[in-house]
Order: sequence, then structure tokens, then C-alpha cells
Amino acid sequence: MIAFDFEYYKPDTVEEAFKLYKQLNLGGKKPIYYGGGTEFISMARMNNRYAGAVIDIKAIEECNVNKIVGGELIMGSALSLSKIAESNLFPLMAYIARRIADHTIQGKITLGGNLLGTIIYKEACLALLLSNSKLVIYGRDGKRTVPILDMYDQGLRLEEGELLLQIIVDERITGLPFRHVKRTKLEKIDYPLITMAAIKDGDNISLAFSGLYQYPNRSLEMEKIINDSSMPEKKKVERAIEILPEGILDDLGASSQFRKFILNELLSQVFDKFEEVC
Amino acid sequence: MIEILGQKMLTLNVNGKNRDVLVKPSDTLLFTLRNELGLTGAKPGCENGDCGACTVLVDGWPVKSCLMLAVEAIGKSIVTVEGLKDTPIQKAFVENFAFQCGYCTSGFLMVCHALANIHPDANEATIEEWLQSNICRCTGYEEISNAIKSTLEKINAIQA
Repeated sequence: MIAFDFEYYKPDTVEEAFKLYKQLNLGGKKPIYYGGGTEFISMARMNNRYAGAVIDIKAIEECNVNKIVGGELIMGSALSLSKIAESNLFPLMAYIARRIADHTIQGKITLGGNLLGTIIYKEACLALLLSNSKLVIYGRDGKRTVPILDMYDQGLRLEEGELLLQIIVDERITGLPFRHVKRTKLEKIDYPLITMAAIKDGDNISLAFSGLYQYPNRSLEMEKIINDSSMPEKKKVERAIEILPEGILDDLGASSQFRKFILNELLSQVFDKFEEVC
Repeated sequence: MIEILGQKMLTLNVNGKNRDVLVKPSDTLLFTLRNELGLTGAKPGCENGDCGACTVLVDGWPVKSCLMLAVEAIGKSIVTVEGLKDTPIQKAFVENFAFQCGYCTSGFLMVCHALANIHPDANEATIEEWLQSNICRCTGYEEISNAIKSTLEKINAIQA
């Protein structure tokens, strides 16, 4: 049971949602955009999160798109992880979605919620970082499209009141061979110690991780080493781990040393089999 | 646009009937079902989306009602364990002794009922994946698994 009251709005258009946010914010209501609400409800119940108003975005048409148009896959931010998994339009993303929480919660968690929540793992981000996706954002000047790498700094940096509408991925990239490995402490359904996602474009491997740091990360420097054909595989793995910056997670889940051990194992496998997209 | 600013009378479709119910935006579906509608089959367990004791069906799909606001259920069809009367999965749970203390049973029934409807041809991996959303602290998983498998076998035998 949530111990505080809030107002609930479910607008039909993005313009309505943005205007509402502005009004409610000016009125001191501390509004939030609301997708699946799983994080908000569980944290609000513990009084770790507060909002005076929630703006449910699930009725906004643009936020529910899931289709390929003109060589690009467009995914709405209100799509549930289940819909992403079932549609399988981006197989790597579908794999990742199927391993976030359990199947009942996957029907509730939205893509936007996973990307913009406060839980650090944000595993959906891995597929987007690897695919150099673009984000469609609605803000003060209307709609704009921005490459994810311009908006990403240890998380997506949206301005106050801005709404993530859609994510756009090049259709060619959705069809590349991929690899997804999630290592948890004990249970299959758990937050990751490390999740690794990788795609292979020709001979070039791209890698992104969740659980290694306080945020999902993709290291171009590490990729350069992994793709260096002059080094033996074992050496590449050693070098890739050596150049990791400070700050590897060290918590009750696992020590940073153990995470490095897992990373070693995951990187050693990355030269092997990639899933082929059918 | 739907706008609910405080306590308000809403109509929710529960177990095939429209029910008028007084709801605040901050009320979870679990709270509303139990405290306003008297449908106590959905159980409060962890209230954090981990245990699955509160599972209900929303438009045919299993959802943990502790992680859904009642206002989000407007216009949707909700089924609780009270709406599963005389369904094959209930019989299968009895025949396979798929319950011990019973607290998790309604949640498991909802998941298994949905699985039989959505994936009647479910393989071992799908069954395992679906059962992982719920927890039985008496650890009666083997019997629950047998119950869903026997239900699926019966469905498939009828369809063959």
C-alpha cells in the first residue's frame, strides 16, 4: 500500500502530456511520467520515491509503435518488454527483455521505464548502445531526434519535463549476429552480476555491459583491443580487463575482483559462437 | 484524457462483471480487489513483485496485482482466482496435490491457467520460465509442475 496520495492523468497525445507536466511542475506537484510503474510502485510503497502526480503515457500512440519503416525499427517508449520479446523485431533486444525480471513483470515494465528508471542495471540500454540507436524526444521545442551517444553519460540525460517517445534502430543492425550472457548470483531471475551483450558486424565485435559499473557501459577502447587481430585471444582479454577504469561495482552481490573474474570468463567466450538472426 | 484527482467511483470489469468501486489513484489493484471488492483470493505476500501470490489475469495475461494501480485497470478485463471456478487447472491441482499451506496456490493457479490458454503447446523450457514468476515456500514445485503438465496433456489430447 502506498502511503501518500497522488493525482493520475492519462493523456492521449504527447503535446497534452508535456503541457500537463509543465503545469503540474509549476504547481509544485512533482509529476513523473509513468510507464509500467513497477519501480515507482515498489519504491513509493517503501517511501523511497514520491510524486504528487503521475502522467501515464500508455495511451499516447507514438509511444506504442513497434514497426519497421524505411529500413529503421521504431520502438515506442511505452512498449512492454513482453511485446518487444514476442515481436522479436530486434532479436538481441528480445533476448535481453526476456531476462529482465520474470514474465509477468515483463508485461508491465516498459522500454522507457527500463531505460530511465533509477535501478542501475537498465539492461535494455545495452542493445541501444551497441546499435548506435537514435532517440525521439519531445521537449520545449517539440520533437527532436538525437543519437543515443549524444544523450548518454552514465545514463540518458533528458531535461526536466522532456519525454522519451521512441527509439530508432537501423534495421541492418537488428539483423547482426549477437551474443547475450547474463550472470546472476544464484537465481535465474535476479539483477545481474554482469550482463554482457555483443554484436558482430563483419569481423568487428562491439560489447556493452550492465552490472560492471553503476551504469550500463560500452567501452570503445576495450572494443579496439578485442578487435586487434595482431594479439592472441588470451592476451586481448587480459589487456581489455587491465584498461578498465576504476569504479567496478563492489557490493553484497559480488566483489569487484569476482566481477573481473566473471568478465574474464565472458570475454574469453566472446570469440566463439554468435547467435545468427534468422 | 483520463483524469483522477482524488477518491472516485470507477467501474472495473472483474470476473466478467462490471463492478463499481471507490478508488484512489494510489490504490494498487491488489488493495482494491481485496479491500473494496472483498475478493481475497489474490494474496498479499512480498508486495514487491517477487512472490507472485497476488497474481491475477489482466486481459488474459498474468500480472502481479501489487505492481499495478487500480486506475490502470480501467477498460481492462480482470480475472481473479474466484473467477476460475470449475476450470481444469483447479482439478489438476487437486489431483496432483499441488498445494501444501495454500498461500501461493491462487497465484500459481492464475499463472498456470494463463499458460494453458496462451501456450497450450508449451514445452518444458516455457513451463519452467512461467513457473519462475511465483514462489512456493513449501517448495511444492514438482507437484505444481505436474499439475500444469497434466492440464496441457489433456488439452492437447482433446485437440489431437
